Amino acid sequence: MPLPRFGRFTLPRPTLPAVALVVLSLLVGAAASDPLAVRRRAQPPSPGTDRSSGGTLPTAATVAAIDRLLAERRSVAELEAAAAADELALLRRLWLALAATLPSLEEIRSFEADSAPGAIDRALAALLADRRTADALARRLAAALVGDEKGQFIVFRRDRFTTWLADQIAANRPWDGIVREMVAARGLWTDMPAVNFVTQAAADGVIDADKLAGRVSRVFLGARIDCAQCHDHPFAAWRQGEFEGLAACFAQARLSPVGIEDDPRRVHRIERGSVAAVATPVTGEGRNVPPRVPFGREWFGTGGTHRENLAAWVVHRDNRRFDRAIVNRMWGILFGRAWHEPIEDLPDPGPETNPDDLLDLLAADFRDHGRDLRRLITVITATEAFRLASTHPALDSDEGCDRVAAAWGAFPLSRLAPDQVIGAMVATTSLQTIPRDSHLLTRTIRFFRETDYLREYGQVVDSQGGALPATIPQALVQMNGKLAREMVEANAVTSTGRIAGMARDDVARLELAFLVALTRRPTSEERELLLPLLTRADTKGRGVEDVMWTLFNCPEFSWNH
Amino acid sequence: MSSRLRRAVGPRPMGIGSAPTERRSVLLAAASLGLSFALPALPARAARRRGLERPRSLLVVWLAGGPSQLETFDPHPGHAAGGPTQAIATVVPGVVIAADYPRLAEVLDRFALVRSLVSKEGDHERGQYAVKTGYRPDPTAIHPALGAIAAHQLPAPGLELPRFIALGGAEFPSRGGYLGNELDPYRVFAPGQKGQNLVPHVPADRQTRRLGALDSLTRSFEAGRGAAVRRTFHEHTLRDALTLMDSQQLAAFDLDGESEAVKARYGDSDFGRGCLVARRLVEAGVRSVEITLQGFDTHARNFAGHSAQARLLDPALAALVGDLEDRDLLDSTVVLVMGEFGRTPSINPLDGRDHWPHGFSCLLGGAGIATGQVIGSTDPDGVAKHPADPVEIPDLSATVLAALGIDFAREVATPVGRPMKLSAGTPLARLLCGEA
Repeated sequence: MPLPRFGRFTLPRPTLPAVALVVLSLLVGAAASDPLAVRRRAQPPSPGTDRSSGGTLPTAATVAAIDRLLAERRSVAELEAAAAADELALLRRLWLALAATLPSLEEIRSFEADSAPGAIDRALAALLADRRTADALARRLAAALVGDEKGQFIVFRRDRFTTWLADQIAANRPWDGIVREMVAARGLWTDMPAVNFVTQAAADGVIDADKLAGRVSRVFLGARIDCAQCHDHPFAAWRQGEFEGLAACFAQARLSPVGIEDDPRRVHRIERGSVAAVATPVTGEGRNVPPRVPFGREWFGTGGTHRENLAAWVVHRDNRRFDRAIVNRMWGILFGRAWHEPIEDLPDPGPETNPDDLLDLLAADFRDHGRDLRRLITVITATEAFRLASTHPALDSDEGCDRVAAAWGAFPLSRLAPDQVIGAMVATTSLQTIPRDSHLLTRTIRFFRETDYLREYGQVVDSQGGALPATIPQALVQMNGKLAREMVEANAVTSTGRIAGMARDDVARLELAFLVALTRRPTSEERELLLPLLTRADTKGRGVEDVMWTLFNCPEFSWNH
Repeated sequence: MSSRLRRAVGPRPMGIGSAPTERRSVLLAAASLGLSFALPALPARAARRRGLERPRSLLVVWLAGGPSQLETFDPHPGHAAGGPTQAIATVVPGVVIAADYPRLAEVLDRFALVRSLVSKEGDHERGQYAVKTGYRPDPTAIHPALGAIAAHQLPAPGLELPRFIALGGAEFPSRGGYLGNELDPYRVFAPGQKGQNLVPHVPADRQTRRLGALDSLTRSFEAGRGAAVRRTFHEHTLRDALTLMDSQQLAAFDLDGESEAVKARYGDSDFGRGCLVARRLVEAGVRSVEITLQGFDTHARNFAGHSAQARLLDPALAALVGDLEDRDLLDSTVVLVMGEFGRTPSINPLDGRDHWPHGFSCLLGGAGIATGQVIGSTDPDGVAKHPADPVEIPDLSATVLAALGIDFAREVATPVGRPMKLSAGTPLARLLCGEA
């Protein structure tokens, strides 16, 4: 990894504890309320009570309709719903899904101190307003929008794009407005970051219209029209000519000294199987393909550039594929499993909105309420399905697992993505919330460690968003890796060290370690089984290190549940 | 075509073909356990036969960045495209390679040299994907690298090491793709040292306590989620990782037992050590090894850059092939030496060469390969863009798989149920041995 250079000198790579010490000393002034300190703490609410103020929320009708639909599905499958999830389990889910990290001990304390009804809804509202949520959602969406290729310029442009997208999400800009700008923006990749949706397809000064048409259809419409790039789609109605027409919508776009711009003279031309956007006139063999969309032609804009007209078509309020695609993707982000997978190959919507189709229900609510991503998240997370426990009596057999999964009878187990694992590990090193605005510590750890860690950890998500099982190298890096050692080590600045030094006894140490790493308290049985780690250790520090190591490596840590 | 080729490259790997004789099964078991050195010495014909019976391995020497064909295996001295690079004769009559490769010249007959590869990808990431998988990048599926296919298709009984190991830090690692991420290679960034993350941070007594507690917590998480948690394979993977940490076979990563003379032959470099480790891994029964040499992306100072690379590659590759042969492993190992594309015949103002996927070279040797031949040629003056007798990347991938005894045309269902052929190409019959 390149280090900053000044003249002939290269900055030494600081050790993490040293950096952490500096940052912590900055934080200490603000840390008037020590989360370790015993404060008034509300009794943890019992599961199922005061879960939300759902009945009074403006989203209540949609949530109730979804709950009814899922109840019917369970009834057909003759399956009871799982019990309601514990409040802290919900808090953990929300943090992992939205901010890609865990709630700190400070946040857990403050959540538990809020004993009024609707605490989880207030926690959600706070998370939605948190910049970390915008950043994490932007990372998730950008992976689908502009891919995860690694070339140097692609990385720079993707960073600019992701930051821009996070800004839009933070400002709660409607999704259709965001998408319109991506598809049709003009300008330099540096000061108009949205154009990087288009520059992702630029290679050797040429824009690959096929690549963009494929991306538009898969990400925005949940349809693999790009199968028709080479042949008619085997199952769906897409024809090769329809794909060519879609690609032709990008023919005017070109790279110029002022960035991406649209040249009205350019046409999409196909010659002996190869595709090129060329300026007219053209002689010789081949054919010009005019821009054309595969359905809903009346939604295609008029008077704008081809890309502006295409953008109008994509986001048209009658284009139900557009809304269905994003609500399915968001369901996937929140549950760890999309309602329909593969995520980019959704079934065709029927001619009319179907009240028995969950995607239609959510899509209609989304469209009718300003395509507001925050509202969409609020609706999905308020459903009964989101708030069910991940335990269920039927999960004891393989056959039962399939039934529960098909009927959404319990919250699904899903593998955390690498950024969630690293976010969770970093969060556990500090007892306080690491504020986004002074996130030098997280940034520093990320800068020096994330690349190494991810390099060794590898991929856990396949190209369709499904989670992949863990690999041996991942198990090894989690058990024996450098980051794991630094996160676990008991010293003056890590939570391990502070728990070891400041908690009143081993029972309290164990409880704090569980709260920090698993967002819950140990059961009495777990207490009995794990306390020997503390009581038999040479020092308190080593004892807590052993507990933290165990928590980092258990399936509960790396699987959302 | 395919059945003929399959016959031509010998019996299917162990466990798939007909019932073996007792002696054969003993030999196979010995070979699969990495005991090739314990096998009795045999006359050349019999040794060759043993090589054909033994489960095969794939060894890919990856030249990352796009090696210049003109400065490696396809020099054109005295011509416009050739630049200052000189050529030397090799053991293959009439075939010359770049003068920077004197040791490789002595063993070139162990390889077939293809000088007319054509790819459609001129970007590093896309190019390496195309060459390593045999398919162009496709946003709807991730294809497995040849190394992952070999690891998936070739049995490795008794192997505790990962089936697919990548040595040296490749910028774009090979993937298991739709075959599963358990086929992603186990990556060793600094070959010659043990693989990373293999040693626990704490002494044995603490590790035992930690693992005991981990077991308790796993049971606790299984309560009410039994089968769902088992389906995560979390515990299974952890157990495999712990087995690996304790495995005697890890000695294959360790070069302490190798003499200084052997190490010197490979060269005192990470790459040289990587090649030596690669040989030891193949010997231990690892089915697929990839070793990366970075630094071929010479847009500037192409000639000095390539000479520096040759000083690393030439001794290591020659030593590797010689060692594999001496240990009777070459007949059961397919060795592929190549990068993502070649470099332009024209020389740019920075004395560099740029990306060129239109006619570049690779070496292919070992098991089942008809060696000692050259296929294709490029225009010495760099005028003609297309090489004579072009070889397409998918056909090269089918050839490699066929040489490994893998049914290259087999369709495998991706996780979303889409049928995909392991290779979409057709093997080049002239690159494969006609008879066992």
